[in-house]
Amino acid sequence: MRPFTYERADSPAAAAAAVERRPGAKFIAGGTNLLDLMKLEIETPAHLIDVNGLKLDTLEATPDGGLRIGALVRNTDLAADPRVRRDYGVLSRALLAGASGQLRNKATTAGNLLQRTRCPYFYDTNQPCNKRQPGSGCAAIGGYSRQLAVVGSSEACIATHPSDMAVAMRALDATVETVRADGTTRTIPIAEFHRLPGDTPHIETALVPGELITAVTLPKPVGGTHVYRKVRDRASYAFALVSVAAVVQRDGSGRVAVGGVAHKPWRVEAAEAEIPRGAKAVTAGLLADAKPTHDNAFKLTLVERTLASVLAEAKG
Amino acid sequence: MKFDTPATTNPIDQLKVVGKPTDRIDGPLKTTGKATYAYEWHNVAPNVAYGWVIGSGIAKGRIASMDLEAARKAPGVVAIVTAENAGSLDKGKRNAATLLGGPEIEHYQQAVALVVAETFEQARTAAGLVRIDYTPADGAYDLAAVKDKAEKTKDGDSVVGDFAGAFAAAPVKLDETYTTPDESHAMMEPHATIAAWEGDRLTVWTSNQMIDWMVTDLSATLKMPKDKVRVISPFIGGGFGGKLFLRADALLAALGAREAGRPVKVGLSRPLMMNNTTHRPATIQRVRIGAMPDGTITAIAHESWSGNLPGGSEETASDQTRLLYAGANRLIGNRIATLDLPEGNAMRAPGEASGMMALEVAMDEMAERLGMDPVEFRIRNDTQTDPADPNRPFSQRQLVQCLRLGAERFGWAKRNPKPGQVRDGRWLVGLGMASAFRNNLLTKSAARVRLDQRGIVTVETDMTDIGTGSYTIIAQTAAEMMGVGLDKVAVRLGDSSFPVSAGSGGQWGANNATAGVYAACVKLREAVAQKLGVNSADARFEDGQVVAGNRRVPLAEAAGADGLSAEDGIEYGDLDKKYQQSTFGAHYVEAAVDAATGEIRVRRMLAVCAAGRILNPKSARSQVIGAMTMGVGAALMEELALDKRTGFFVNHDLAGYEVPVHADIPHQEVIFLDETDPISSPMKAKGVGELGLCGVGAAVANAVHNATGLRVRDYPITLDKFLDRLPAMG
Repeated sequence: MRPFTYERADSPAAAAAAVERRPGAKFIAGGTNLLDLMKLEIETPAHLIDVNGLKLDTLEATPDGGLRIGALVRNTDLAADPRVRRDYGVLSRALLAGASGQLRNKATTAGNLLQRTRCPYFYDTNQPCNKRQPGSGCAAIGGYSRQLAVVGSSEACIATHPSDMAVAMRALDATVETVRADGTTRTIPIAEFHRLPGDTPHIETALVPGELITAVTLPKPVGGTHVYRKVRDRASYAFALVSVAAVVQRDGSGRVAVGGVAHKPWRVEAAEAEIPRGAKAVTAGLLADAKPTHDNAFKLTLVERTLASVLAEAKG
Repeated sequence: MKFDTPATTNPIDQLKVVGKPTDRIDGPLKTTGKATYAYEWHNVAPNVAYGWVIGSGIAKGRIASMDLEAARKAPGVVAIVTAENAGSLDKGKRNAATLLGGPEIEHYQQAVALVVAETFEQARTAAGLVRIDYTPADGAYDLAAVKDKAEKTKDGDSVVGDFAGAFAAAPVKLDETYTTPDESHAMMEPHATIAAWEGDRLTVWTSNQMIDWMVTDLSATLKMPKDKVRVISPFIGGGFGGKLFLRADALLAALGAREAGRPVKVGLSRPLMMNNTTHRPATIQRVRIGAMPDGTITAIAHESWSGNLPGGSEETASDQTRLLYAGANRLIGNRIATLDLPEGNAMRAPGEASGMMALEVAMDEMAERLGMDPVEFRIRNDTQTDPADPNRPFSQRQLVQCLRLGAERFGWAKRNPKPGQVRDGRWLVGLGMASAFRNNLLTKSAARVRLDQRGIVTVETDMTDIGTGSYTIIAQTAAEMMGVGLDKVAVRLGDSSFPVSAGSGGQWGANNATAGVYAACVKLREAVAQKLGVNSADARFEDGQVVAGNRRVPLAEAAGADGLSAEDGIEYGDLDKKYQQSTFGAHYVEAAVDAATGEIRVRRMLAVCAAGRILNPKSARSQVIGAMTMGVGAALMEELALDKRTGFFVNHDLAGYEVPVHADIPHQEVIFLDETDPISSPMKAKGVGELGLCGVGAAVANAVHNATGLRVRDYPITLDKFLDRLPAMG
């Protein structure tokens, strides 16, 4: 771990300004991912701005019937909130499928969106990794890639995004609210928040340097049956091989987002029209441009079968 | 004490203390945090400096240059040790690669430097400033690719009769190949050591299973007399074989302390452990079985291939097949190839753990071909003698009893022999079983026992307790022998200043170490009797008193002001040559497979074990359920993922290397047969801690087959290997 300096911010805009001012500075909230990465020198921030005191830890109803989730609402609290459990069950289930109780107690809503890939080559500083060290190459391509991306990947990077929560957020059409150093705010649709790797896999989100997430907002509830299915090698405390977040309506229409397959939560709205025709048709649309590796081609079958199971469950 | 004739009645048979499900006597120390582990000896090694190990970034080649300048100037740095300044070092006889590499690199993360600083954080930060340029060389990393270059091992093949002829003639036969992956011990406590020099004497506080091996190899590596090295390791946070040997933490702590001129502590980080230390090596195993239609095996062959660094040993995965089932014609052997991976070495039940995963699936497949119940097929081929030598009986062999009792208790009769028939909601459900087998190894073990004027019996031996319960069973042994309660016994372990014991490994610790304590106690009883002027054969030790004729003398009084002390050990004659000594069992498993996703979840497990006298049913059960858990890991998830291009284990942390979590482990039941084995030792006990693992993986695999009709012969059985063969989704 490299030595770093530390300060506590007293307002969101001040926090953003502090990061913008100091190259190599980072926000820290729950620290469940950042601190581990710092110990391994995968992240080497020279300065940390602690945002835990910014009072962004409340949930409130929005005027149009949605729910605004403060950036610092802990995963445990979000999963347990009665409104979330009643109106956004897929989100509650996705949260509880992730990490462990201890980690969920610390991890925040914004931090969950910003967690970094679990690609094992990203985690080994002896190995080339375009995400960790731009231009160094990708050791995962041609290496051990069972967990890695099958769709939306590039020749520079085949990492996946590890979040469960973000997959549910994608299915729910959440929006991300931010503030920048100059105090201006903006709203980023979740679909545009995470980026595909392209030639710049180290740039993972639409955030500009210093931009701070203040909240994630869910539109008003859409009803339907909410299912989150996470497929993994052990029963708990493992990252998804694939996961499916689905909201299915009585008329057979619905939404589907998939985790564990891409650099971002994966959703193809056009494919959702096929839900009444079944998982095979939906998967064909979802993964039309898939380029799996030898190790992870099974994920194509796994997505289809998991989705079939989820749709069957949603029908009841 | 020489043990060369079968045990007759002795004080242990009273079973007043031995054989009782006693709580572990070291439990309160552990649950209150007062047990001192290797990294925590702050009081005895003050002014300690912290070492951080740098591992090689390549698997094979040379260090072209190493730039230490920035690190040396970093805040707090006290010393940096590399092969260049470490002085002349030898290699311990139990290490395949050198523990401090450079300029030659033998495997990935081989230690190449130790950075010592005032604080842990300073050492780690400075280590990040060391710049190393390598000249990589080509290496061999893929066992399958070098399999054909493998050689027979020094033990040679076990050949009985004419395997080829009998196999060719067999009416029913099977010829299948199974693979097991590299596995990591993944114990909770990392390798860690504090080292301190006093003149030319070295003391290390460490975490090690085999104290005398460590003293021997540490002194040899440092080229110093063995009696100048002291090793202290009273508490160990798990080992599973990963701490059998001197490893880089201890050597580098010693070198760092010498260079720094003060005590140095070194712990290996988890990512380093996976590639720097030892692991269970991968195997490729071919099993051939030929049988008559009635299930009688006429031909059996088991060949196992593994790889290792030059000087490393093979995984003896075929060995149990020499002994487990009858069959007139046999061909059994191990082969080894050279690989440039981190050293492969013992992990819990080396040999059998991997071998049974192949053999016991082959037996299941063969039973299916024969149209026989797999339990009955095994019983049909039971043998009470070494199949290669009919004049050599097993000392005890209750395999059949284990199989039958297990079948009854588990409800085996309800199993549908036709696979893929039982459905519970979205789950396909199946039952599977396997035999359990692990040899019982005898090795000499000594102890010192003192009786003081308070009547306290203190046992000292360099035996270790790696979480197994050694403290407790040793206390039970001494209490039984001296006729006192457990509250009058103190046990001190894990110190090289104590008599040399069997140590912890190969499930030999419990039987041998307690037998050594037994021997020392026999001697102490003689000393007490002699002091009282009575014949020791006539003296009874009970209720804290010595009873001889009409005399009753409290032990405290007998000890006198100076106390009494005795030291002895157990040594074995040739009973293990005349008799085959093994432990037996049966594993039964119910598994469910998600019909859509292929996720496998174990629902019920039962182990029935026949392993001689069970010294403490509570700690023994704890050992067996832990082993069963490890077997589920081996069957379903554990694999050091190998990058075959660059020769390293990629998933080098506990997020990537998955072991079972609580949610994976269902109800586990363990039954011990009431057995004593007088040929094993005066304790009439055997090992059991590894038996509980041997066969579990196969039982899980066989349950998965019964649930789905699918065979996966390539462990671990993960869903990607059979998903496309599951029934189509409706």
